[in-house]
Amino acid sequence: MSATGIGAPVRRKEDFRFITGKGNYTDDINRPGQAHAFFLRSPHAHATIKAIDTKAAAKMPGVVAIFTGEDIAADKVGGLICGWMIHNKDGSPMAAGAHPALAQGKVRYVGDHVAVVIADTLAQARDAAEKITVSYDVLPAVVDMNAALKKGTVQIHEAAPGNRVYDWHLGDKAAADAAFKTAKHVVKLDLANNRLIPNAMEPRAAVGEYDAGNDALTLHTTSQNPHVARLVLSAFIGLAPEHKLRVIAPDVGGGFGSKIFIYAEETVCVWAARKVNRPVKWTADRTEAFLADAHGRDHLTHAEMAIDEAGKITGLRVSTKANLGAYLSTFSSSVPTYLYAPLLSGQYDIPAIYCEVEGVYTTTAPVDAYRGAGRPEATFVIERLMEVAARQLGQDPAAFRKKNFVRKFPHQTPVIMCYDAGDYNASLTKAMALADVKGLAKRKRESARNGKLRGLGYSAYIEACGIAPSQAVGSLGAGVGLWESAEVRVNPIGTVEILTGSHSHGQGHETTFAQLVSDRLGIPIDNVSVVHGDTDKVQFGMGTYGSRSGAVGMTAIAKALDKIEAKAKKVAAYVLEASEGDIDFKNGHFSVKGTDKTIDFGSVALQAYIAHKFTGAQLEPGLKEGAFYDPTNFTFPAGVHICEVEIDPDTGVTRVDRWTAVDDFGNVINPMIVEGQVHGGIAQGVGQALCEGAVYDSSGQLLTASYMDYQMPRADDLPSFTVDTTVTPCPSNPLGIKGCGEAGAIAAPPAVINAITDALGHEDIAMPASAQAVWRAVRKMKMAAE
Amino acid sequence: MATVTMTVNGKQVSADVDPRTLLVQFLRETLRLTGTHVGCDTSQCGACVVHLDGRAVKSCTTLALSCDGATVTTIEGLANGTTLHPMQEAFRDNHGLQCGFCTPGMIMSAVDIVNRKGHDLDEHTIREELEGNICRCTGYHNIVKAVGAGAKAMAK
Repeated sequence: MSATGIGAPVRRKEDFRFITGKGNYTDDINRPGQAHAFFLRSPHAHATIKAIDTKAAAKMPGVVAIFTGEDIAADKVGGLICGWMIHNKDGSPMAAGAHPALAQGKVRYVGDHVAVVIADTLAQARDAAEKITVSYDVLPAVVDMNAALKKGTVQIHEAAPGNRVYDWHLGDKAAADAAFKTAKHVVKLDLANNRLIPNAMEPRAAVGEYDAGNDALTLHTTSQNPHVARLVLSAFIGLAPEHKLRVIAPDVGGGFGSKIFIYAEETVCVWAARKVNRPVKWTADRTEAFLADAHGRDHLTHAEMAIDEAGKITGLRVSTKANLGAYLSTFSSSVPTYLYAPLLSGQYDIPAIYCEVEGVYTTTAPVDAYRGAGRPEATFVIERLMEVAARQLGQDPAAFRKKNFVRKFPHQTPVIMCYDAGDYNASLTKAMALADVKGLAKRKRESARNGKLRGLGYSAYIEACGIAPSQAVGSLGAGVGLWESAEVRVNPIGTVEILTGSHSHGQGHETTFAQLVSDRLGIPIDNVSVVHGDTDKVQFGMGTYGSRSGAVGMTAIAKALDKIEAKAKKVAAYVLEASEGDIDFKNGHFSVKGTDKTIDFGSVALQAYIAHKFTGAQLEPGLKEGAFYDPTNFTFPAGVHICEVEIDPDTGVTRVDRWTAVDDFGNVINPMIVEGQVHGGIAQGVGQALCEGAVYDSSGQLLTASYMDYQMPRADDLPSFTVDTTVTPCPSNPLGIKGCGEAGAIAAPPAVINAITDALGHEDIAMPASAQAVWRAVRKMKMAAE
Repeated sequence: MATVTMTVNGKQVSADVDPRTLLVQFLRETLRLTGTHVGCDTSQCGACVVHLDGRAVKSCTTLALSCDGATVTTIEGLANGTTLHPMQEAFRDNHGLQCGFCTPGMIMSAVDIVNRKGHDLDEHTIREELEGNICRCTGYHNIVKAVGAGAKAMAK
């Protein structure tokens, strides 16, 4: 392994600009003559708009224009779309209501977009917005999913009777029912997966520009997938054809899913830039982010597990209600269906699984993918069931898991997925040793002496990453293919530019992608740069989410590098006057087999461009290749996380004392970056389990709309983590990569809840297990004991 | 409009500003020092931390006018020319950042912690002292390591 090649903990190339304040985030961009947009948002969860009076506001200083839904409609701006068609049990398509970028006649959640004021300064736009008079007929709010589905409840969208978006299922119901008929034990659990707000530290932002000379638009925006944004804004919303619309996602300050989607504000900014013929800038403040970024999770689930006499799982039945909010966000429909139910087999050999999911409209912010997207929800169901089952059966939770692990690969589950490789026992064994599970009893006694309760919780998770084989997802309703593209441009002096359709917003692609190139071409890592996030530079790409950039994005680069090597060998053969078949390429040098004739990569690049050693009839000059890579399967990262907590029964405060993670991500390009991804994921998962939760009151007001009300995990809420790996290379891509971005957020929540319930001797506690919730549980137990 | 004068990163600057202008707006919009970020507008996340007369403050809730005559250091003023400050170096060396958005505020807070608490910081102290800075990417693990290492390096 070279110091900068695959497997080396290379320090990140992108860091210098970030640690010196030289990053280039969207809000750092200012264009000559730019105006500022301020969105007037609905203060009501549900209301019809009777009238909007903008006359007084239009006369305010600095106002350039005010637009409402009427203007959007008059310009025939298409509605925001949901890109994944889900079909009901009876085969009919899901029921989706319209989603205009500015409300037309009705508002459906607090924060819904009513009007946009564009003014010379943001303060002027804000001041003018206060002068807009909107008269509403307030309708009842529908916050609770069960209430939304109840007969006679007010309709949120006419297109979705009963507020049901879909009634979907997966698996063999008859087989699952049969397993329960013959089961020795049945374990039942009702679970809520709490609603989260993603909270990337950089709020969403947009700068729209119009070039009147060329009738072309540019949108600078906080996007994880600028090409998908351009495709949607062109093909569906209809702002401009793709060759007249450039989308640039510069440095992006975290995404976690929330910056995948095509939102109202970004759409309006670029549309309005043409209307006012000036650049239009908008940056969300944090409360706007809480109100109008797509939220995550929010499931209510009833789950049952059938177990035979020998302690083997024979069946699983899961029934889930998924809150989709007031409108269907870009990929929302797929999250509680195809990103959820196919993972319900976990790491276990379960012969029969049946899952049904109702997607529900409520008058709350749209819900879509958030780090893990569906897979944390599935893992929470299966790993809570495993823990409760082990306790009810009187078995050790690790032994119960071991008994049910999948051990032969490939393994076809009853819910679509075919696991290609893994060694779940290896991860469990290693994690138990690192966590010193043997020493737990002693630590429990020590805690007890101090009046504290100690507990340990396991989470043996699996996820499907490397999203995704295009034909497979197409057959399941996806509106796009999920391949990735790459282009490798070798310059005449041998430096290399990698153009990728992946997008880095914290993942360190500028470093890991360069490591791959340095390793393959034998050139210094400083001679490689990575270009991403600009539709005028990179031809097309599907962006970054679903832990796909390593397994899919880097494989596309590897495929392009194969072509570069093949072409360079041809050039080298002419230069070295040998036949192409005799050329070897190793450590950055081309040589002729059995001779000492050699030439380095940079010299071959120069020869490719000066083209003096071959004729145009023999070989095309230049050294530039591209590739599109469509994966043949999902990848299946898996691992075991062990959480140990100590609870103060007098205050209910839970302290995470120890965390051990052993993950199998397949081959690792940069262990330093991979560990960092795991750390961050764990923190988000612990946040979900202990402190985070979006709360709406019954009138649909968001009570958690600032960092004073929505508790983010801070440094003193977390311990340092013990992170390690096991490796079974992924057989479905040449680099053997599985993906690591979401693992921690998927694994962590059940590990925490399993640990708390172990400490309390309780079967369930809802997330977030705040100090108050734990204190109440302790009180209840004490009262029951008295 | 009112005139405000201050020394920012060693340079005296003067501008006419709307009295409601915040220090962070003055830095980002008037001086185009965009390294200081706004993450929450409510003093909760610490992405906007700068040093005001040598103390860490949250510039998103400080009026620019209240800084008249003051000395301000931002992330852009921390390095000595092309030589990085030891805390900047420690963040890079310990992978104490991912998306980079909270990083300027984290580094400015970290330097302030060392100024107040000294060079030999235990994990507990670092975690407690970082309470005013939110990071969504790193889970704090490597930030804590970076602050400890940076604190030691600053003693040299």
